Amino acid sequence: MSEMSPPALAPRTPTHSSTREAEPVLEIRGLNVDYGFGTEAVHAVVDCDLVLRRGQVLGLAGESGSGKSTLSMAAIRLLRSPGVITGGEVLFHPRPVEGDSSDPTIDLLRADEAELRRVRWSEISVVFQSALNALNPVITIGAQFDDLLKVHRPHLSSSERWDRGVELLEMVGMTGDRLRSYSHELSGGMRQRAMIAMALALEPQVMILDEPTTALDVVTQREILEELMGLRDRLGFAALFITHDLSLLVELADEIVVMYAGRLMERAPAASLFRAPRVPYTYGLLHCFPPMHGERKPMEGIPGSPPDLRALPSGCSFHPRCPWAMERCRKETPVLTRLDASGREAACWLHSGGATVPAELAMVDPGDRGPSAATRRVAR
Amino acid sequence: MRFIARRVGFYAIAAWVAITVSFFLPRMVPGDPVAGIIANASIHGCNPYCVKALELEFGVFNHSSLLVQYLQYWGNLFHGNLGVSYFESSQPVTTLVAAYLPWTIGLLGVATVISFVLGTTIGIFLGWRRGSRLDWVVPGATFFQAIPYFFLAMVLIEVFASILKWFPPQYGYDITLTPGWSPGYLWSIVDHAMLPAFTVVLASAAGFILGMRNQMLTTMDEDFVLVARAKGLHSGRVVWYAARNAILPSVSNFSLAISLVVAGQLLVEVVFNYPGIGYLLFKAVINHDYPLVQGVFVVIVLVVLAANLIADVVYAFIDPRARQEA
Repeated sequence: MSEMSPPALAPRTPTHSSTREAEPVLEIRGLNVDYGFGTEAVHAVVDCDLVLRRGQVLGLAGESGSGKSTLSMAAIRLLRSPGVITGGEVLFHPRPVEGDSSDPTIDLLRADEAELRRVRWSEISVVFQSALNALNPVITIGAQFDDLLKVHRPHLSSSERWDRGVELLEMVGMTGDRLRSYSHELSGGMRQRAMIAMALALEPQVMILDEPTTALDVVTQREILEELMGLRDRLGFAALFITHDLSLLVELADEIVVMYAGRLMERAPAASLFRAPRVPYTYGLLHCFPPMHGERKPMEGIPGSPPDLRALPSGCSFHPRCPWAMERCRKETPVLTRLDASGREAACWLHSGGATVPAELAMVDPGDRGPSAATRRVAR
Repeated sequence: MRFIARRVGFYAIAAWVAITVSFFLPRMVPGDPVAGIIANASIHGCNPYCVKALELEFGVFNHSSLLVQYLQYWGNLFHGNLGVSYFESSQPVTTLVAAYLPWTIGLLGVATVISFVLGTTIGIFLGWRRGSRLDWVVPGATFFQAIPYFFLAMVLIEVFASILKWFPPQYGYDITLTPGWSPGYLWSIVDHAMLPAFTVVLASAAGFILGMRNQMLTTMDEDFVLVARAKGLHSGRVVWYAARNAILPSVSNFSLAISLVVAGQLLVEVVFNYPGIGYLLFKAVINHDYPLVQGVFVVIVLVVLAANLIADVVYAFIDPRARQEA
């Protein structure tokens, strides 16, 4: 878990009230991913549904091994061996073309290599946790921009490609002459900036941010996140932001999805999830981080450790660590269900069938009153 | 450039150590070459004057101290004087080496380049297509790597020269032809080099295949290869991203590999009676021909060090990080 969350970011106009109605750009439906085959297979992602809307920042949170990276990598078919997608569909909706009424939607899981290559990076780009490993160590940053533009923008001349590289690096606050550098000549923060610049190169509609700042110190982390969110506001791409740092997401994301042992546990607008969690696991996660202000309180954390995916507990996988576990939790697996009119969802038996909801999980949802960035900041 | 200068300095020291050892080692070995010559029965009834004359001719009976001899040796070395062979019609060692070395360099150079290029390419392919039906190459390669060079040479001679008669069984060219630039003679050189080169390639390629395959497997799992795929690059380009990085350890291990290949080739030359430096060394050792052994040893050391230096320069060229560390 992260040591400390970075200092609060500058308030950003919340977009979720509007993006709620925005049309989806990436829809993941019933995705299942296994590692290995047959009876040995480990189910890393089970029946996951996610909808990423245009311009939205969707946070995906969970402990290590909860399947969040697997889920996102499977969605763009970049799973490492022995990962196997065993079911579901991932629909990508390109920008509608004027005067073309045919449905341009692509199911990425059924697309062929050529189709995938067209969508990759030009529509969906990825920023990985460690930019040191994500940049090719033996060729310059410029050559890596060049590679990309050659494939996706074949009409550009060599000098135009170079100019585009300079422009992109300047966009993330680097100087253009860094195109001549190798990755080992850059600091960790600069590498990640270069990686972000590369991810922006083709103006994608979706950017998958897989723990983009986890490997950086808190100050650099803050700078980069501010930069990233500024770019997002300017360019309007949608982002799937994956992290184990839930408090970070509260500041960045419009909507947050919490994952545990390969299943989605809770989905809610960021402020609602932060102020009024409905699932015991989310509650535990939120109480893992020390508050920066206010009185000292003993840390609660979550007892036990993340489950072994090879031998998941029966019923709800969280029940052995859940302080409110009931008999039913040991036998039946809850599915993500809509709780109320606000559209938030939870997979927890406490919220169905007449069970008594503990006071901790029944706090007033600020979403009902219409959230603002200000209330979210005060919440810290 | 500083990097290369430092490597040259390093190899100069290595050469000095090797030459010094090659000077002292034969002088510590018991045995008297003059007695050997006399016992060789080519000189009958050698009286004490005759023995004295032989000792003087070969510089064996030397009363100066070992240190003075050592300095004289270096002086001679810088003048290109490696002494006179005891046998081989008392020719200067330099002349003999000059006659035999091109055969070795030619055969070794061609065989090593083929082996490295072929081995690395196969390794890249196997690493990329992990788990494909082509994986049988791996145990196959290990098998050939485990066979000693000389034994493989004998088997190949038996099969391809004696039974199938596809290739000549020995020597470097057709001795019935006059050496020169005639097509027939040149072809006979190629024809004769085929089987020994094949032996060296077969026995040494395995090391390159296995090394490259394993390195490729690790590199294919690196994030930057995943990024290359995520970037929508063509699969050839993605493999190039991985291979370009995976080849680095292969090149830096080349120093180790080349010594093994040289050692193996010396044995192969003996089996094929190939007129190279290995065959010369073999004869020199059998005849207690110290100046020749020493001279050949020095030349082999220099050749191996030169190959290492080339590998280092290539490495600096393909890995930007190595350039900077210097």
